Amino acid sequence: MWEYTKTVKDHFLNPRNVGVIENADGVGEVGSLACGDALTLYFKLDENKQIKDAKFQTFGCASAIASSSALTEMIKGLTLEEAEKITNDKIAEFLGGLPKQKMHCSVLGRDALEKAITNYRGEAEKKVEGKIVCECFGVTDLEIKRAVTENSLNSIEDVTNYVKAGGGCESCHENIQEIIDSTLGREIKAKKKVIRLTNIQKIKLIEETLEREIKPALKKDGGNIELVDVDGNNVLVKLHGTCATCSASQITLKHYVESKLRELVAPELLVEEVQQ
Amino acid sequence: MKVIYVDNNATTQVAPEVLEEMLPYFNEFYGNPSSMHTFGGMVEHKIVEARERLAGLLGASPEEIIINSCGTESDSTAIRAAILSNPDKKHILTSRVEHPAVKNLFEYLSKNGYRVTFVPVDRKGRLDLDYLYKNLSEDTAIVSIMWANNESGVIFPIEEIGGVLKEKEIVFHTDAVQAVGKIPIDLKNVDVDMFSLSGHKFHGPKGVGALYVRKGTKYSPFLIGGHQEKGRRGGTENVASIIGLGKASELAAANLSDESIRVKRLRDKLETELLNRIPNSIVNGDIENRLPNTTSIAFEYVEGEAILLMMDEYGICASSGSACTSGSLEPSHVLRAMGVPFTAAHGSIRFSLSIYNTEEEIDFIIEKLPPIIERLRELSPFWKKAQ
Repeated sequence: MWEYTKTVKDHFLNPRNVGVIENADGVGEVGSLACGDALTLYFKLDENKQIKDAKFQTFGCASAIASSSALTEMIKGLTLEEAEKITNDKIAEFLGGLPKQKMHCSVLGRDALEKAITNYRGEAEKKVEGKIVCECFGVTDLEIKRAVTENSLNSIEDVTNYVKAGGGCESCHENIQEIIDSTLGREIKAKKKVIRLTNIQKIKLIEETLEREIKPALKKDGGNIELVDVDGNNVLVKLHGTCATCSASQITLKHYVESKLRELVAPELLVEEVQQ
Repeated sequence: MKVIYVDNNATTQVAPEVLEEMLPYFNEFYGNPSSMHTFGGMVEHKIVEARERLAGLLGASPEEIIINSCGTESDSTAIRAAILSNPDKKHILTSRVEHPAVKNLFEYLSKNGYRVTFVPVDRKGRLDLDYLYKNLSEDTAIVSIMWANNESGVIFPIEEIGGVLKEKEIVFHTDAVQAVGKIPIDLKNVDVDMFSLSGHKFHGPKGVGALYVRKGTKYSPFLIGGHQEKGRRGGTENVASIIGLGKASELAAANLSDESIRVKRLRDKLETELLNRIPNSIVNGDIENRLPNTTSIAFEYVEGEAILLMMDEYGICASSGSACTSGSLEPSHVLRAMGVPFTAAHGSIRFSLSIYNTEEEIDFIIEKLPPIIERLRELSPFWKKAQ
């Protein structure tokens, strides 16, 4: 269960300013049904160019509704220049805080506000700048960079919480990590070079790894391992001593040997045990 | 505020009779069943009785039952045992809609040298049997298919699959956590080799489960230690909970007909009335072949977490397949596998009843839910457009 503050609950159960403003001065629409949350924000200005009225419609969870309601309350009476300064953090603050996993709801509010202001100014809607990093939720590298900078985000999980990127198939995690690293000025880890080993090199490397890394570890527990053959990517081994009779350790042992060999020799290796 | 609990596929109330039978075994008869003295020996007798009661519910022999800590332990033990006993076979098969206890283990194995087939389901959540059979091979170490789905309630044709697999001599495991206590099961007449269950899903306590292993099935223990469970699962018995599991089994056997008649009637009433009163609502799953206590209903254009929290204000406890409640950002893998469109998946609510639900409770939900959906739809920018 999410821990929502009293203010979040209040704005969810009694949302302020629900509805549509006919002939609104600015309208901002963000999100989609597929994403699981969407918000349409309307505002009307008075003669002093201050926001006289604001209304919203939201499809989404409790915190999305509460963030929208809070936003409309926050912007009333402000000039657009003042309203522009509202960050997603301010929205969360107004609500007494949001669970981390729900920060994207406050970002949704900020985005809707920006869009509505752009709409009022008659500026062409900002084109989707940058390139899409997260295909599942359509998030660009620039959006991720901005979230990282503004909220000092440190991890992929944080980025997912704030802008949803990486919350679907997870195939973009590596790219998100690179963006975080470069934005925070970290050195990007050099990608491991993929070296194709010849068969002889591969066998030698397997032998070396068994001798140096694996045998000493097994011997500590009274076991041992013998390399029988290498057939393509299949590494055939024989287990001796304690390891051979203890059936429960087989899975762990096999995984241990396999993961070591994959890490140190080649990622596509498969370890198979040969019966005595 | 009174709690109206319709989330029984998540967990159930421990039956008062179960609790009563458990209590003396915490501080009165606290002996270790492995001890030589009479004080411990009488505890051993109660465990024997519990095992017999559970075996009775399933149509199994007591020695085919290995009692452990939960459904997840049963699933893990079964799948690993099958893999260990077939070290040359590198293919395993399951469905796309399994509980994480099976799904995540299969995904783990897929990264560790195994070729995995995930069998799809259709729009109604029914298993694609042709796909399943086509993908079997001599390399298949185990097939693991749940008996009934926890979200949709859809029941899979375990008997039929069991027959085919027996002929092909492929190990068959079923996660029957949601089926036990809700529908009749007689393992004498079904060809499954291993079968998982969990106590707290049918009015037993949490922290106790069991794995049925058919006589003659190759097995290797997951927890190695003492001689408990005949060396098939080491560790001092969770005595009180095992006794509770036994009592819950006895009650389940007695209540099965009630479950299928009275509970089903209440479920049907809830479903029919909600569909009548709330436009754009759809049942997820095959209503012909479903657990008698479960209904999953999609309320289009609203979001599940918002529905749950508004129901929570009335003390109504249900669950949702929506993204926002799962801690992830995508709707449940079950609804996605079924191809439920996003308009509906985010607003899907699962109601799961038990023998303790009353007609008044169901009437209360029928009265309170329609205005909640209406209110949330008024908030939603998509609702008017869809009209």
